Amino acid sequence: MKEIKCECGHVNPIGTVLCESCGKPIEGNQHIDGNDKKRLLNMRYDGTARRSQTFNKTFIDKVWAFFSSVKVGVWLIVLALIASILGTIFPQEQYIPINAPNRDPAVFYEAQYGIFGLIYYQLGFHNLYSSVWYMILIALIGVSLVICSLDRFLPLYKALKIQKPKKHKTFLSRQRLYSESENVTDEELKLVKERLAKMRYDITEENGNLLAEKGRFSRWGPYVNHIGLIIILIAAILRMTPIFYFEEYVWVREGETTVIPGTDGEYYIENIDFIFDVHDDEKFAEALEKEGMVPSNYQTDLIVYRADTPLPGAEPELKPILEDSVQMNKPLEFDKFTIYQSGYQLNEFSSMTFAIQEKDNEENDFGSFTIDLTNPESEYELDNGFRVVIDQYYPDYYLDENGVPASETNYPRNPAFVFLVYPPDENAPEISFVGIGRNVDATGENNYKLGIQDFDMRDVSGLSVKYDRSLPFFGIGAAIFMIGVIQGMYWQHRRIWINPNNGKVLLAAHTNKNWFGIKKEIEIAIKDTNITMVEDQQELDKSS
Amino acid sequence: MDLLSVSSTALYTAFFGYLLATFFFGATIRDKRTDQHRKKRTMERIAFSLTVAGFLAQLVYFITRWIASGHAPVSNMFEFVTFLGMALVLAFIILYAYYRLNFLGLFALPIAMIIIAYASMFPTEIAPLVPSLQSHWLYIHVTTVALGQGILGISFVVGLMYLIKVTDQSRRTKQNFWLEFVIYILFLVIGFVAITTTFNAMDYEATFEYSQGNNTVTTEYHLPPIAAPNGGTLITEGVMEPWFETPAWFQGEDAGRKFNTLIWSIIAGSIIYLAARLIFRKRIGATIQPLLRNIKADLLDEIEYRSVTIGFPVFTLGGLIFAAIWAEIAWGRFWGWDPKEVWALITWFFYAAYLHLRLSRGWHGEKSAWLAVIGFGIIMFNLIVVNLVMAGLHSYA
Ligand code: HEM
Repeated sequence: MKEIKCECGHVNPIGTVLCESCGKPIEGNQHIDGNDKKRLLNMRYDGTARRSQTFNKTFIDKVWAFFSSVKVGVWLIVLALIASILGTIFPQEQYIPINAPNRDPAVFYEAQYGIFGLIYYQLGFHNLYSSVWYMILIALIGVSLVICSLDRFLPLYKALKIQKPKKHKTFLSRQRLYSESENVTDEELKLVKERLAKMRYDITEENGNLLAEKGRFSRWGPYVNHIGLIIILIAAILRMTPIFYFEEYVWVREGETTVIPGTDGEYYIENIDFIFDVHDDEKFAEALEKEGMVPSNYQTDLIVYRADTPLPGAEPELKPILEDSVQMNKPLEFDKFTIYQSGYQLNEFSSMTFAIQEKDNEENDFGSFTIDLTNPESEYELDNGFRVVIDQYYPDYYLDENGVPASETNYPRNPAFVFLVYPPDENAPEISFVGIGRNVDATGENNYKLGIQDFDMRDVSGLSVKYDRSLPFFGIGAAIFMIGVIQGMYWQHRRIWINPNNGKVLLAAHTNKNWFGIKKEIEIAIKDTNITMVEDQQELDKSS
Repeated sequence: MDLLSVSSTALYTAFFGYLLATFFFGATIRDKRTDQHRKKRTMERIAFSLTVAGFLAQLVYFITRWIASGHAPVSNMFEFVTFLGMALVLAFIILYAYYRLNFLGLFALPIAMIIIAYASMFPTEIAPLVPSLQSHWLYIHVTTVALGQGILGISFVVGLMYLIKVTDQSRRTKQNFWLEFVIYILFLVIGFVAITTTFNAMDYEATFEYSQGNNTVTTEYHLPPIAAPNGGTLITEGVMEPWFETPAWFQGEDAGRKFNTLIWSIIAGSIIYLAARLIFRKRIGATIQPLLRNIKADLLDEIEYRSVTIGFPVFTLGGLIFAAIWAEIAWGRFWGWDPKEVWALITWFFYAAYLHLRLSRGWHGEKSAWLAVIGFGIIMFNLIVVNLVMAGLHSYA
């Protein structure tokens, strides 16, 4: 194989389908774009030689050809689409409902959805979007994007750059829009040219041959948008590294100061107050009656501290660096971090006070003690000699499937205790079980009981603290993508050729989109001249 | 009159405007004789003016409701779906101004009306916003998505017109079966609107009680219960006894009531469909086909493709980019694989595949029209099934 010299004198690279200069179909290559079977020429890449269609010997050639095929690209997109659908059949692991009886994925899917749920879980579909094969699929789309764009961009760029106004007759007559006219005067041609120029066509003329072209830049739209997509994929990879992405979730109780995990003890957050408001506007009365309470505000008033450790090992000194409130939809920034209001827990118990009473006569009170529920002691001794030992503590009490007491979480939302009560000078304890609304004498022989005398409650705020330095890259990628699609979709590349040929005038036109638009413009341009309106040679209507 | 009644009157006016406009668009295509040309032009102008007037009325609905509730009315099923209907009309107006195709009005406006009627079956009172929705990005995101979907909706309408035009109705084929099936689904929506309106007018109510986790909850049916909630007991007296229970694998809030509504829609829609078949004595597709005789298939194919090329960037901007910005501000994560988000991505993949397929030969015409129909099917799936059935952050109603 060698370079191909066309009869117009232009030398084309191997694999060219339509001469880069005059457009004459190059014999022997027409199968590449499927022109041999059709009357109309495939104008997709102006019949340029593309590497993928030209070389098919080595392994690399084959890989290149594979990934640059639009067919393969579409298959990859369709596969990603189907895979994405699979992930929505049942909830993903992070969306298992909070109120599910058991949120352990190993149990949840089977319990909720039976055998299909079990299969779903075992195939790993409950974490589908972070699975290796889903990521491979997306990566393959990325590879395909790069290769197919490289395969086409340069040849197309070159071909559009060196095109000549004079085209071969075969090229013209095999365009979708084509007409032949006789008795066209020079004045008419001049008029047409002026009208086209007025419609902002760029006109190139050579020996009476005319090329009117506009919107060529829109041909680069797809390449621009693909670059945007590549940047987004790169940003997604960057985001997996700790340099670019950091996220921690902290629960902070009202009045408490908690270190922000992952910051090496550098930052602390104090929760001054958590505010939970509900809507009570008169105008919403009807809706509120139907839906019940609707929250209107989640807010945490907080102080962020930076810890200065003057000497290694010394207690850190907390310096307030920010005092503000964070609300849903109004995140808060400090240093390189952003804080989001992400969760809350209302009315958690902070402390409970118990009174020791005579079992049959609650009036008879032997004193009381207070348990700090986040930090309970193991034993409480009263001045009068009573001793109470905490045998079991269930911060969030419930009975599990086997009827055994257990704690659902580590948060004191429904505290319950098994107490060992040692009356003064006794060695054998009385056992009692106390919780909210529960007071059980396990043996039935107790003389004393413990009554809840008082308690304090507080709210807990769930804050996520993060930075994401990949965001600008996503932003740039998305912006480039949008520019590319708009460039490619809202403008069209239109070309009109007018060539005198043996006393006739041949007019052909091509656009990559919006044939209606170019026809309208041709109509305007040739109005009241002897030039015949182009005929639409597309086969759609003909076949139906 | 207070603002809210102005608002709802305006919406009725808009609906009525679209209805009238449809008739006038219909009148334009009946006259084929050339001496009627002037008359046709008049009809055309009236039809288009009525459409624009309807749109303006709907704009009045939108603005007054915004003022009354204090937030952009795009925050629940009623508001969003109504807005989608409005976006479809806007997309029609834009494309009509360019292509001047009267047939388009005859098909696009009824679809828009079906969508608006469907919307008004959901609770229409103004409701307050939960904290996550209190963001300007909500409005920006939702309105842009709806606009994109409206433009893509035109490609569905035109794709359907294309299929009705070119499908061979002289014998039974797979294609005319599926085409008829798509039309049948439109009838189901009409059935849903008809049956819901009927029983709403009668103030029908039946209450069920069932347990959910550890709580006992009640649900109110506004249609006679054919399917009870799973494990539910009827507590209203003197109403129809349910025939069976909703299977347990129906998920989501109020699954029983929604399933019951679905059954009723199928019954009512099927009856209307069968009645239409009896009247016309042929497939609905075959009945409509002659109307499209004078239009070029090529032009339909092109409009269908163009509305995808115009709608795709708008959808990408609203459904993915603005959505991500909002999610980043609200939750600190711009993408969370929530079912609604995933289905937006699926929609995007689908139309990307469509655009690439259109680059090659052999994917124009019928195949492409089917893709346009399926694409809008995916959009509707995301709007209806994902919202009402799959649990997630975005579940509205
Ligand atoms: C989800 C991923 C992708 C998106 C969103 C996307 C988007 C687009 C868009 C919007 C266009 C313009 C279409 C038009 O103007 O009609 C386009 C063109 C194109 N895309 Fe993609 N694309 C994706 C993946 C791919 C892949 C994997 C390939 C690889 C085969 C590919 C190959 C092409 C080609 C060859 C063009 C035409 C270029 C031209 O007209 O010169 N795309 N793409």
